[in-house]
Amino acid sequence: MEINTLRNREFIVAILKKIQEKIKKINYSPKIMEVCGTHTMTIHKFGLRRLLKDSGVEMLSGPGCPVCVTPNEIIEAAIDLLSNHENLILATFGDMTRVPTRKGSLMTSTPAKGSFKKIIYSPEECLLLAKENENKEVVFFGVGFETTIPSIAFTVKKAYEEKISNFSLLSALWLIPPPLKSIVESKDINIHGFLYPGHVSTIIGKIPYEFIAKDYKIPGTITGFEPGDILLGINDILDQILEDKPSVTIQYKRVVKEEGNPKARSLMYEVFEEKDANWRGLGLIPKSGLKLKEKFSQFDAEKKFGFKIKAQSKDLKGCRCGDVLKGLISPLECPLFRKACYPESPKGPCMVSFEGACLAYYKYGY
Amino acid sequence: MSNKNHLKKVSLEIGSGGKLMKEFISREIITLFKNEILDELHDSALLPENFAFTTDSYVVDPIFFPGGDIGTLCVNGTVNDLIVSGAKPLYITLALILEEGFSLIDLRKILNSIRRSAKKANVKIVSGDTKVVKKGQGDKIYINTSGLGILIARPRIKEIKPGDKIIVTGNLGEHALSIMLARGDFGLEAPIKSDCAPLNFLLPLWEKGVLWMRDITRGGLATVLNELVEELPYSCIIYEEKLPLSPPVKGATEILGIDPLYLACEGRAVIITEDNKASSILKEIKKNELGKDASIIGEISEKFGKPGELLLKTLSGGWRLLEPLTSELLPRIC
Amino acid sequence: MCLGIPAKVIEIRKDNTGKVDYLGTKIKVNFSLIEDVKIGDYVILHAGFAISKLDEKEAQETLSLLKEFIDK
Repeated sequence: MEINTLRNREFIVAILKKIQEKIKKINYSPKIMEVCGTHTMTIHKFGLRRLLKDSGVEMLSGPGCPVCVTPNEIIEAAIDLLSNHENLILATFGDMTRVPTRKGSLMTSTPAKGSFKKIIYSPEECLLLAKENENKEVVFFGVGFETTIPSIAFTVKKAYEEKISNFSLLSALWLIPPPLKSIVESKDINIHGFLYPGHVSTIIGKIPYEFIAKDYKIPGTITGFEPGDILLGINDILDQILEDKPSVTIQYKRVVKEEGNPKARSLMYEVFEEKDANWRGLGLIPKSGLKLKEKFSQFDAEKKFGFKIKAQSKDLKGCRCGDVLKGLISPLECPLFRKACYPESPKGPCMVSFEGACLAYYKYGY
Repeated sequence: MSNKNHLKKVSLEIGSGGKLMKEFISREIITLFKNEILDELHDSALLPENFAFTTDSYVVDPIFFPGGDIGTLCVNGTVNDLIVSGAKPLYITLALILEEGFSLIDLRKILNSIRRSAKKANVKIVSGDTKVVKKGQGDKIYINTSGLGILIARPRIKEIKPGDKIIVTGNLGEHALSIMLARGDFGLEAPIKSDCAPLNFLLPLWEKGVLWMRDITRGGLATVLNELVEELPYSCIIYEEKLPLSPPVKGATEILGIDPLYLACEGRAVIITEDNKASSILKEIKKNELGKDASIIGEISEKFGKPGELLLKTLSGGWRLLEPLTSELLPRIC
Repeated sequence: MCLGIPAKVIEIRKDNTGKVDYLGTKIKVNFSLIEDVKIGDYVILHAGFAISKLDEKEAQETLSLLKEFIDK
């Protein structure tokens, strides 16, 4: 499959032209939310945000970015484990290590004696680490959405079957549909279309999003990650608007099936069960996170190390990420923007995300 | 940063070559040792007696990697710091800190690498030191090299103007990836070797229209160009389609989700040339085996972006602001 | 960490692990989350696991759709 075709400038220019024509027809500048952090990254990486804005489309960064929505108290728990426990290996994905908290970041934290942090590519590496370091405790700081959760479930199940005792999980596992429900359910929502996350959808399929089209009449499409995919996705949404037929379509057909991946889903729910979770900027959302089932509770780091993560106050006073995420206000209208909230000291996901709305305004002015 | 840890303890990040290291040096080192030579903060000190003098320490892990070892690094890294400062490298000192129990066979391999690299770079090892620390108090071998060279030109940063061209002397990211491969991370296999090499072939270009040079080490091309553009009243534009990247590096960086613009090299330079001399300089560079993939990747601009900005024109036609790395992505890369 | 690159399956072991190749770079993969994978298939990787197979037919259709924009 020719990746470069989906990045080809000629195609990009041609689709943008079509998008501009359709926007003239609908006669307003639509606000489209890209839900997934990787979509935000692609838009940033290929400089699409500005190109789209100039064509009349405003992109809003949604809550599908684990780096952004994981609240400080969980990251600080990881830092505490690393700094205060000897002979502990904290395994984590790279992107989490740079998020700043009151205790610094994982990157800057000093490990206790005999402890170290290890950046891993696959959760399975934790089990290898555990076997190779029998005198140390391996804690996997597992953060992710439904794309990553099955691989974490697989790893926990394998640890259980192989009776690996020096491994545990400090988890921050998030489900995509609940925050979307939160966003569309609030009054005064101002989003005209959704780009649904391509890889989360390989796992969950398209049914979980259908309520957004059915009950709230907002169109959306499950989109791939190349510039061509994103523009084809936006074009699809505009067609849905023009035909007044909101639904959930699949632009990323080459990878996403309507039914998702039942095998991966069943593994997820064999190991984990739903729980209420506290999202940075969005507060407490019912049944939006996952925790280990009782059968696997021996792998729960909180239980093993005897601590409980307490949710800090729901929203920092004045934080209006919720409204920014709904497309209601621009970052400039948030009272914390540039004052209490800036990249080195972010208060909400919109400023943490690589190209979240607030960070984009802070850096580029749009 | 809003964290207070950095005030009490040394963290890994301050050694990793990005913004945080710069802040540390500014705060702890420069303020203490202020003088007009140090303040210039070149890769090498440019001395009024017409010498250039530099030092570097090498803690790379692992010490052997595809395409080189800590021995090749410790000579080439220091030699290149002199060359990009306008100096012909002449003499190197060699200080070894060895861990008790380190294999003599490995040590000899490294010393032979040093000998071969010194020969290739036309420098003499003229002084040195050897220390041994107890097992567990060092990590096999650390090396410090200092280099002395004679200035044949001075970088002319103040003469850089819009239209001047940016050249990269070869494929990006190969050293950083060779280290990742050698670490066996992710079960990765790829036909990638470190680009570690001496850049002596660039010396004659100082007299042919080169205004400024820097070797692309920690933090990669984006960090190095940011260090330049911060000092200019202009912006810097580079074009994604012109970046020299070998297919295995493209593959590995896509698969791992890392950006080659931020990957360290150890034998590549970025050069600013006068506009009308760029093509001839490129031709000269390409005559050398080490420069065969060289490319003009962009220019200094006053039309796009704001002064001090480094911008990338992407394959898809959009623009991306390239910021300097806060800290190197991989620890102990050189 | 999401990777959208379809990589080619070059090795499959009995324990459901194996290797994929992308532009000459090879990386370890676990195939336990998908069914019926064969050598020569293209898979989407995420965190060391294959989460989906690439449907070649659909891929070609997406490319044709893209090309239509130029002709329109």
